[in-house]
Amino acid sequence: MTDWNIVTLVGQDRPGIVARVTRVLYEAGCTLGEASMIRLGGSFTILLMVSGSRPNAELEAALAPVAAELGLRVHLDQVQGGLHQHLVPNIQVRVTGADRAGIVAEVTQCLTDQGFNILDLESDVVGNARAPVYIMNIQGTCARTLEDLEQALAGLTTRGISVDVSPIELMIG
Amino acid sequence: MAILDILTLPDERLKQPSVAVVHFDQALQAFIDALDETRRAGPAAVGIAAPQVGRHQRIVIIDCSGRPKTVNHGHLVLINPEITHWEGFEIGREGCLSVPDYTGNVIRATRLQLKAQDPEGGPLEFVMEGFEARAVQHELDHLDGLLFVDRVVSRRTDLYRRRVYKKGGAAN
Repeated sequence: MTDWNIVTLVGQDRPGIVARVTRVLYEAGCTLGEASMIRLGGSFTILLMVSGSRPNAELEAALAPVAAELGLRVHLDQVQGGLHQHLVPNIQVRVTGADRAGIVAEVTQCLTDQGFNILDLESDVVGNARAPVYIMNIQGTCARTLEDLEQALAGLTTRGISVDVSPIELMIG
Repeated sequence: MAILDILTLPDERLKQPSVAVVHFDQALQAFIDALDETRRAGPAAVGIAAPQVGRHQRIVIIDCSGRPKTVNHGHLVLINPEITHWEGFEIGREGCLSVPDYTGNVIRATRLQLKAQDPEGGPLEFVMEGFEARAVQHELDHLDGLLFVDRVVSRRTDLYRRRVYKKGGAAN
């Protein structure tokens, strides 16, 4: 039995969202776990592990006023699992290319065919509106060799995508 | 020999700077042996520093010899180590015996020159690069009361845009 929720909040970016939302959760008796919070295309997005013994309806009710005031959409997912389940990535994949539809699907299909498990993917569209460039950075775990991955991804370069695969060496000291 | 207790975050003693070793005696050697046994008892650590076990003296042990394809100088006991020159920078992932269940990206110099003393007090000098240089910088930070969490950077911010290695600069 777990009492973790993943709370999703999305709204127009403005200063103070995190402080207001986490204050409400704190005062509602919740504790916070791992989180991803980032501005995407003018919106601020929050994915946040929230723990508390209160029913979901009460959590939603507690968030409703601040969500209304700040214009945030709220979504709750009760999840199995909890803290201290980190996996350490051993492979990093960096992708750049002139932006077009399908880059992510093509790259990640090659990776999943090699048994690659994505732990973290971040991407940006940079450059300018006339010549947008897609940049993606993936970290994950894979049991196959670097050469296997490079070979699997090699075909993408002919389609105008630059892919760099490198090991992530973990130094424990 | 006893395996020593490793201090973990947020123990304040990890923030305390260490002082130079002045007595190169049997007691020092006995501590070094215990420190190394403690390192080897942990999860694949290539280095350990004396303050990690609560002894605030400038003593570190590095051993990258167990890693294939890694340029290294073998098992090193470094007393009063000092980086005299460094160049280049690179992001790499680090973990720490004193920070369980967390790894993070840290910018370190890729190449450095190091002066130290051996357990008898004799002079040592090394040129190090890559993984071994990273390990040394991580361990020397412990001697100044710094943990790698004080230096963790966001990949999004730093991988493409950061161009300056600031000594002692914390993230954000």
